[in-house]
Parts: sequence; C-alpha cells; structure tokens
Amino acid sequence: LQSFLSVFRSLPSLEKTVGKCLILLKPQASRLVVQLHCKYGVTKTHNLAFQECERLQAVFDTQRCASSLRAPARVLAEAVVHFPQTLAEVTLGAGPGGKISLQNYVEDEAERSKMMVTELCLAEDEFQTVAVAPGSCITFCLKEFRGLLTFAEASNLPLTIHYDVPGRPVIFTLDDAVLEVHLVLATLSDTESNSQPPTANGVSHLPAPSDDFADDLESYMIAMETSAYEEGPGVPPSPTFPLRTPRPAESDPEQEEEEEEEGAVPGTPPHKKFRSLFFGSVLTPGGPGLAPTQEVLAEDSDGEY
Amino acid sequence: MRFRAKIVDLACLNHFSRVINTIAKLAKTCTLCLTDSKLYFILSDKVANGGVSMWCELCQGNFFDEFQMEGVAAEHNKIYLELVPENLSRALKTAQSAKAVKMKLTNKHCPCLRVAVELPSLSSSSRIVTHDIPVGVIPRRLWNDFREPSVPDFDVSIYLPVLKTMKSVVERMKNLSNSIVIEANLSGEMNLKIETDLVSVTTHFKDLGNPPWASEDGCQSSAQGRDLESMAEARIDIRKLQQLLAGQQVNPTKALCNIVSKRIVHFILLHEDVSLQYFIPALA
Repeated sequence: LQSFLSVFRSLPSLEKTVGKCLILLKPQASRLVVQLHCKYGVTKTHNLAFQECERLQAVFDTQRCASSLRAPARVLAEAVVHFPQTLAEVTLGAGPGGKISLQNYVEDEAERSKMMVTELCLAEDEFQTVAVAPGSCITFCLKEFRGLLTFAEASNLPLTIHYDVPGRPVIFTLDDAVLEVHLVLATLSDTESNSQPPTANGVSHLPAPSDDFADDLESYMIAMETSAYEEGPGVPPSPTFPLRTPRPAESDPEQEEEEEEEGAVPGTPPHKKFRSLFFGSVLTPGGPGLAPTQEVLAEDSDGEY
Repeated sequence: MRFRAKIVDLACLNHFSRVINTIAKLAKTCTLCLTDSKLYFILSDKVANGGVSMWCELCQGNFFDEFQMEGVAAEHNKIYLELVPENLSRALKTAQSAKAVKMKLTNKHCPCLRVAVELPSLSSSSRIVTHDIPVGVIPRRLWNDFREPSVPDFDVSIYLPVLKTMKSVVERMKNLSNSIVIEANLSGEMNLKIETDLVSVTTHFKDLGNPPWASEDGCQSSAQGRDLESMAEARIDIRKLQQLLAGQQVNPTKALCNIVSKRIVHFILLHEDVSLQYFIPALA
C-alpha cells in the first residue's frame, strides 16, 4: 500500500497540476499502472509491482450481533482522546442508566493497583441509535479503532458498532452513497470472570459501577499503622510506596543531631527557613488551634455522577 | 482521612495543570502533602534521585473553588500521599474545556486519587471522565522524611539570568559534557562552564543582581564579609539542571540560586502563588 500511497503523497500539488488519473491493471506483467495526466501535456506513469494472493474473507454477520450503537464519528473521537495514545485495548460497556462507558483495559489485578484507570461515560442521547444488551461489554484494540475514527471523522460519517458476547468479533461499519466500510476486530473472550459467572445468555458483568466506593480511608490507615511491626496481610500493597521495614528504635536526641548535620557546613548558625528571611513571615507546621474532629453523622454521598 | 476538592474556573485549572506538568518533568514519583491551606509536592533527596530534592508549595485557595481535607487525626491534620505526577498531568491534559474538575481520595481496590472531569456535551447530561490515580498513603511514622528543607548556609546568592537564555545555553552544553560548573559572586556575575578533553566553554552573565537576605540577629553567615569578586562554585550534573530549566512552563516572578561552594546549589523559583525550591548537590 505504501507504494500506491506515495503516488498521491502531495495532495496540494496534485490538485493544482493533475487533470485526470487513470488506473489500470496489467495482470500479465503483474503491474498496477497509475497514470497521472497533468497540465502542459505532462504525463506521469507509475508502474507498481504486485503479487496476487489468496482472497481473505472474514466471516461475520452484523445481524447476529445482540447489540448495536450508532453515533457521529466526532462523538467517539472526542471520547477516545482521553486515553493515552499508547493504550492497546479499551473496554466498551453498557452500564446502568443507559450510559455507555469506555474504560482502559488493565490486564491483571496486580497492574490495577499501579496503573491509572480512566473511564468515560457517554449518555444514551449522544448516540443516534442504542440497542444494547444491558450490562454487556467487550474489549478490543483501541489503536485500530482510532484509525477508523480518523477516517470517519474526515468523511463526516456516523459510525455503527455491532457487537455480541466477549470473544465474538466487533464490527464497525460506515456507509454512505459511495462507500461501505466494515472493520472487524477480535474481542477479548471472558475466560476469567472477575466477579460473577456469566449469566445464561452469555452477558458478562462490567467492572463495578463507579458510584459505590469507600470514601473513607480510616480503616486503611489503621491497618497501615498496625502493620508497621508485622507484615500485615490485610494491607494492599501500595503502588509506588513499598512497606518499609521498621527502623530500629532510636533515641530522640540522636535523631535531631543527625538531621542538623545534613547538608550543613560544620560550625554554622542554626537553620533558617527561607520564608522567614525573604518574606518576613514564619509559618510553623501544624498551625495553631485546629478544630476538633467532627463526628460525621451522615456520610456525604456523591450521587451527582 | 478525607480529601475533596473542586476547580471550576478554567484559568485556575490551566494554572494548576501547568504546575503539575512542571512537577511531572522533575520527578517520576513524588510525595503530595495536603494541609487545609496548602499543597506541597515533595521529593526528598535519595540516592535514587541522584541526590536532588524538591519542595513545591501552593496555596490551595488560589486554585481550588472548594477544598476540604481531614487528616489522620485532629492534631495531625495532614495527608501524605505518594504518587506519579505524570498520571495527574495526563488526567488534566484533556480537561482544558471542562465545566468542573473534582478530586477525591477514594479506596475502591486500593487508595486512589479520583479526578473527575465534567465536560460539556451536546446532550442533556454532561460527559464525565474519571481517572483513578493509584496513590500510596504514607504513614505518620514516616512523615519526618518529608519536612521542609532549610535554606543552606550559602556562600553566594544571585538572581538567575532569563531562564529561556539559560535553558538554551545549558541544552547546548549538555551535548558536550555530563557536568557543568555554576559559579557566581556577590557582584552579580555568573558563569556557566563546561570542560572536556577537547573543549572548554564558558558563558558569562553580568549585572544579574544579588538578592538581599536579612540575616538573623547574632549569626554570621558565610556570605557576610565576603570578597565581592570571589566566585563560589559547584559542579553539578548538567542533566538535572537542564531538567529544571526545561520544566518551567511560565516565567517565574523571581528566580535565584544559592551556591554553597562545592556542596550544593539551591534554586528558588517564585511565581505569584507557587514557590518551587530545587536542590542539586555538587558532584564529588
């Protein structure tokens, strides 16, 4: 394809100089000929070598897909922009309340606690058609999808997504008066279900909805503090912060001395806080008069989203 | 232990994003300390960082429309988190046209800083993008590791030249050498020098000015009574200096450095509502 594309590389100059373009096939010579008839009687002929190969036909049928969605390409393009360019796979799901979500796919549990998880929710009314099995979700390659989106956006065409159960291919279609595009991608099959076993009709569950989570890290903190002297099994490993082995008990004056020597030339005056010299105000850490802990009578809920 | 904050104003959001972008360029992982009035991004000097340390301080009131935090206990009303600032930078990158950005500390599978961006959409409800950034909660017994560094007893304090100029000089010098010597005196002169077997290059800056530091009563700082022409110098890793200069997205209101001869260079970059201190130790 590269050699074919190179003929049309510079669109602006083509538009200015080319009158007509002739494409013909010379099967005996195994050549695809592209002839550009330009201004001033100039003709550029490109002879591209080709090799015949077996025809590959993907077997798919959009009619057999349980779910479909249709949206302007722009909406989907705006949605994927929030995911990093290097992200390989994305999970599309039909959530509660008619929301369609896109989430970056994270391979295993260990990675989940280290990687940032991004989720975007689109409301049902952003789509032109929504006919999805509730709770359904599929995971497919984002990179390929992005490529199709770029094309769809440029041609200003709506994109239809047909999908079924995880493992069955997802089919993206674009059509218009002059062309019809089908992009078929494999989806990840749901071999290890993370929460519940798949229901009878093969619909698997989306990752837990974002609404119910614990705001409160009190229990986590308590676990952390108590596990200081025993490697507590209950504390989940923190992503970047390894649980350090406790320091042997040091007497306080010893510690103070160590810190003073840090970075100071011996025999120098006591440390200065830069604020106190530069701006003339000194801020002591921990501040005066902190309000006593308020008893939380009602948990604040965040039902807005 | 709770934390919730919200930014509604786009200018504040952009400003905050720029600060985060700068931090992300300086540290792969750093500590975020939250108090009820301030946020601190801290990198403490470890061998792994090449001995550099960073202290960046922001007043929450200048950025957030809503800010509520509750520390571990009333007398320890702070939260210390370890995170990868690049994640936060990425989360804010596509929030440029947001209606609101909310941040919250949560504990779904593991402690996370949840950044929820509310974006405008043509439909009746807004689009919401949530980014769950994993964080490490730093226990109280380790908080001492993250105290504000003191200003070293410097030999010379001098204002930096225009950062853009300094950056382009250092970038070119980086191609020739791994270390750079910064020297300056109390007459407002600074030289950046590199020396290799084949070549030595020096860039001279004049009339930079020396900041006035009020000395505490009774103490004799190294800077007092010092010969005005005498240069204090330190040889530092050029990549660290280049990282610092390249990370600056906005020109600071004040930029200066304090040199402790052959020990450490302490950079202070001040903006209206953000202050950044960066320490680069001298090479052996």
